[in-house]
Amino acid sequence: MVIKAGSLVDPCSTRITKTGAWRTFVPVFDHEKCIKCSLCEIYCPEGCIHQEEGLFIPDLDYCKGCSVCANECPRMAITMVLEEK
Amino acid sequence: MSNNTANMKVVEGSYAIAHAVMCCRPDVISAYPITPQTHIVENLSQMVANGELDSEFLTVDSEFSALSVLVGVCAAGGRGYSSTTSQGLALMYEVLYNVSGLRMPLVMNVANRAMGAPLNIWNDQQDSIGARDVGWIQIYAENVQEAVDATLQAYKIAEDRDIRTPVMVCMDGFVLTHVYEPVELLDKEKAREFLPDFKPEHILDPARPMTFGAFADPSTYTEFRYQQFEAQLKALPKIEEVARQFEESFGRYYGGLIDGYFLDDAEIVIVTLGSVVGTVKDAIDAMRSEGKKVGLLKIRSYRPFPVQALRKALKDAAVIAVMEKDVAIGGEAGLVTDLKAAFYSSSIRTPIIGFAAGLGGRDITIKDIRKIVEKAEAARKGDLSEFEFLALRKEIL
Repeated sequence: MVIKAGSLVDPCSTRITKTGAWRTFVPVFDHEKCIKCSLCEIYCPEGCIHQEEGLFIPDLDYCKGCSVCANECPRMAITMVLEEK
Repeated sequence: MSNNTANMKVVEGSYAIAHAVMCCRPDVISAYPITPQTHIVENLSQMVANGELDSEFLTVDSEFSALSVLVGVCAAGGRGYSSTTSQGLALMYEVLYNVSGLRMPLVMNVANRAMGAPLNIWNDQQDSIGARDVGWIQIYAENVQEAVDATLQAYKIAEDRDIRTPVMVCMDGFVLTHVYEPVELLDKEKAREFLPDFKPEHILDPARPMTFGAFADPSTYTEFRYQQFEAQLKALPKIEEVARQFEESFGRYYGGLIDGYFLDDAEIVIVTLGSVVGTVKDAIDAMRSEGKKVGLLKIRSYRPFPVQALRKALKDAAVIAVMEKDVAIGGEAGLVTDLKAAFYSSSIRTPIIGFAAGLGGRDITIKDIRKIVEKAEAARKGDLSEFEFLALRKEIL
């Protein structure tokens, strides 16, 4: 990688920056409790929660561990767990 | 210096600067009026209104906005201009870093004025010296002609692809902005030849999208800062080169990075910057006639700080006395600490003494300069004085 003076970058640079490395707590989803309301997906500030085969899954390459999804979940189906790296 | 006085006109310093800016053809002028800078932007506003200057003149709500607008102008590929002073420069502080970090080649005249509190509109250089670390190049002018010429040179330095660094052209408020003196106004066509239209490498263009000033995490931030540091080092020869090119086109040269007066055989050298240089020269003339080997070193480029040039020019001095119109409260002052730092990492161990003078518009007289020389003579005999406030009125303390 070579940087351009003035911090000029091509579009979509946020894809290159794996903000998941900043995380201390990781959201753990209990799919049994989930009612598929989508609030976690809607509220995620990184936009990194997606549905895969009907289940809500965080993209851990980008999830910063902010806990917004766990706070918003009406069924308390998301738990923030200290992540050992 | 050219002796061509045919184009000389007696004008106010601010008009001369506005005229120089007109010759630089900025696409956008964005400024907020503040004493003693006001006449510069008033004149520019008039020139735009008269149709003499084809620029967009933006009246904004603050200095913060004034400079922020120009970030957009530069990103869109335009040449931008602003001017401010004192509290106005302080209000720009955050944007100063953005402009230099984004490598935007803006030019700004700073009409040097004291910082409040206490409120004071007179001249010193606390404002720009206080902003010495924001990544801008800083050039200080001795008189109106130098400020005019430096303004044109500044764009050429700033827009150089290897440099891409904004420039403050610093001129003493009132002393230079409000004085009427003979000035050779720039010739528009010659200025155009000297400074072609601005052609940036990258611009904001929807057809070729690009992010300007993306965030930099710890893995790249240091390298961006290093690039700015390196660009300022590259600016050292560039400032000299542009000053010489200017001489070829306009016939005037007064040092690129530094200049000297009776420097070659000087035992005591006074180092200073800005308009007080004229007074120091008069004082030196008087002292030379008495047989005192006193000389002057004028700093023209304070950022980048011309370390090598200073070491070379001052290596034979017996004592160096730094006089400056700023103070680093709790430390000493900008120029004297920079000079000491530059010398301490070489083998030169010349005594350096420092003085804050002319704060808040107090006149610096020839008598004051003689006092500095007396202190320097004492330092030469081993009585090295600590940093002090020159002509301090102890009776009112």
